[in-house]
Order: sequence, then structure tokens, then C-alpha cells
Amino acid sequence: MIPAAFEYFTPSTVDEAVALLRDQPDAKVLAGGQSLMPVLRLRLAAPETIVDIGRIGELQGVRDDGDALVIGAMTPHSTVQADPLVGEHARLVSLATATIADPQVRHRGTFGGSLAHADPAGDLPAVAVALDASFVIAGPDGRRTVAAADFFEGVFSTALAEDELLVEVRVPKYTGWGAHYEKFNRVAQQWSIVAVAAAVRLDGDSIAEARVGLTNMGSTPIRASAVEAALVGRPATPEAVREAAALAADGTSPVSDLNGDADYRRHLASVLTRRAVLSAAGTG
Amino acid sequence: MTRITVKVDGSSFTDEVEPRTLLVHYLREQLGKTGTVVGCDTSNCGSCTVHLDGRSVKSCSLFAVQADGHEVTTIEGLAANGQLHPMQQAFHENHALQCGYCTPGMIMQSLDLIADNPDPSEDDVRLGLEGNLCRCTGYQNIVKAVRAAAAAGGAQ
Repeated sequence: MIPAAFEYFTPSTVDEAVALLRDQPDAKVLAGGQSLMPVLRLRLAAPETIVDIGRIGELQGVRDDGDALVIGAMTPHSTVQADPLVGEHARLVSLATATIADPQVRHRGTFGGSLAHADPAGDLPAVAVALDASFVIAGPDGRRTVAAADFFEGVFSTALAEDELLVEVRVPKYTGWGAHYEKFNRVAQQWSIVAVAAAVRLDGDSIAEARVGLTNMGSTPIRASAVEAALVGRPATPEAVREAAALAADGTSPVSDLNGDADYRRHLASVLTRRAVLSAAGTG
Repeated sequence: MTRITVKVDGSSFTDEVEPRTLLVHYLREQLGKTGTVVGCDTSNCGSCTVHLDGRSVKSCSLFAVQADGHEVTTIEGLAANGQLHPMQQAFHENHALQCGYCTPGMIMQSLDLIADNPDPSEDDVRLGLEGNLCRCTGYQNIVKAVRAAAAAGGAQ
């Protein structure tokens, strides 16, 4: 299928892109296009204007900024996945990124595009929420920073206004933490039916700190705070982790669809949380 | 219309395209490179895989204008001097195709895979080809062919 016609712009700076988003009618940002292109081809969307941000150099790359890593919005998944800084300080990001779609899609799809798309079944939103990432957003009045917990507002819906652009994401360093992304799906390339992002810091044999994020357990990614609280101070044993993981679905309202009803997803959440935390702690 | 200049299989082309033209349609319909095929139209099947600046991409998920100033390699750019590329040869020798429709994409993705991992295990090959579907389900011989090409130094 062929997308409907549109006006096409290739800004070379963030300011130019923001001006286009403000001035052009019905403008849609094209990042890596791996979610947008299928939608355009099926004509589920037919924007009048496409603003292709693929030629804005400042949106590319990963850099060290003291106590955080800064990941440019247009950094492809394949780059993030292989980046040594990300591997050392935000291993959960590397691991979750490696599970996205397939190699071809990871060459084109981008870190920021995936977050801004805010698909409840997308893998990176739960990771961003679990790791307390913050989102740097450019708009006509300058830049602002939004915490991951406030960025995701609903299905495909974020704190980004129509004339705003996600520029980069700051991920605090979790150096030395164990991490695991446990994704459940049934066939190759499929979206997560449910997935769990976990990072833990061990002190001896016990869990000193824990971060747990849930994918596809509601319209937005969810921080499993009850699990985190129940893990702290406990030994990283299968029994203790199982007990804490039983709280994973507390307060969630997952959808029922062809892949699984809500009860099934709630069950998956606790099973996958147990596996994710044990693997993150190195005892899975 | 937008003017683009793209290097495809070693030759430079300058053309006027509509921004909505998919890269795969540009390759097939404007350049006549019908070796790259459209299988699914949903981004799933990987039949349309080509290399953009040396990395595999699905050419149905990219506009031709996004390739402006870049270099594309298709299945038609692999054979040289009348000789099949070692990966093509390995597919031939290992009967790694039945209907053959997925083959161009399988070969392009296999090359990307062994560029990263010159000695892939069977599992590595299966994972690396996750984005390519063979509806004849002829995966066994495809995996065999990729490993044979890798063993023969097929990344070149």
C-alpha cells in the first residue's frame, strides 16, 4: 500500500523542527518510522505534513553527563544496544532494547521515537519509568524536562504538545546494578503480551534497592512500587522474591484482548516479575 | 516532487520522487531492481530487506527521500563478474529455498548477521533472521546455508 500524499520537510536543527511543528498544518514527526510507516501505509493515519527529524545531528548519540547518561532521541536501537556506556551504567536499557522487534527494525527504529510513540506494549516506556529517566522536550518557548512518571499519559499519548519535540532522555546511572528484561510473547517479532523490567542493587546477599516496571499492564507503563518496597532488605532468594512478586499486579487494570484476558495478564505479571528480579539479582 | 541522489549497487542515480514513495517502490519501479520484493506490506516479512549504508533495513519501511545522499545495496548488487556471492552460492548449494520469494531478504539479512558475528551458532542465526519469514517454512536449510557461508568466510 502507498501512503497518502503529504508535504515533506527535513529540518536540520531542533529549532527549525519546532517551528515547522508550530506553523505547518496537521504535522507529524517522522523519527525512525518503524511504527509510523506501517500506519501511513495502511492509511490509518494521513497527516498533511511530515517533519523528518532524521537529519538533525544533535539528536544522535549517547553521552556521559556526570551522574546520568544522555541518550539522543534519534539514536537507533542498534546503537543503544551496543553502546558501552549504556551497557555499563544502564544495562536494563541495553537488555530491553535487544528484545525490540528484529535487527532490521532496530537499525532504523529510535530510542526517542519508541518512547514518544507510547505504545502500551512498547518495551522502552516501562524501562524509562523503572529507571526514573527524564525527558528533555523542546517547544516554541524553549526546553523543559518531564519525569518519566509524568511523561506517559495514556495509549499513544504523552506530555508532548503538538508543537513539541523530544530531544533527549536522561537516564540516571545504575552502575553495578543487576538488570533483566523478561518479555512474554508467543511468536517472533510479536509485541509483549506482558513484560517486566527489573534492576536491583545487592548488598551482600540481600536486595538493597529495586526498580520494577511493567509493560502492557495498563494504558501506560507502571512502576510496581509495592514489589520494590517488599524486596528491599530481603535476601535475593526464590522464596523472598516470589512473595514480593505476588504483589506485581496490585492496582493495575490490564486490557483483555486476543492475546490474553486481564486475569491472565495479572498472573503473567507476577510470574515474570519473579523471573526478572531473580535474573537481575544473578540468582535466576 | 523531491530530487534525490542515491547510490544503488555501486551506481549513482538522481531522480524526482514523490515524498510518499517507499524505498522499495523506488528500487523496483523507477530503477527496475525487481530482485527486491514486497512480501507482506506490514513490515513483518523481511522480503524487502536491503542494506542502507551497510546495515540491513526493510525497504518498505523507509521513504526513498530518506535514502537521499546514502548508499543502498540490493540483492542485485551482490554477484560480481558473473560469480554468485558466497552467500548466494551457499543458499544454492544447501537448497535453502523452495519458492524463493523470501530469498533476497534472507540473503541480505544473513550478510548483516555474519558481518556482526562471523561464526554464528544455529541459535544466533535463527535469532538474527527473526525479522525474515519463509512461508514454505524452509528454515532448516536456510540456517544451514548461513552457517556454511560463514564457515567459508562469506562476510566478504
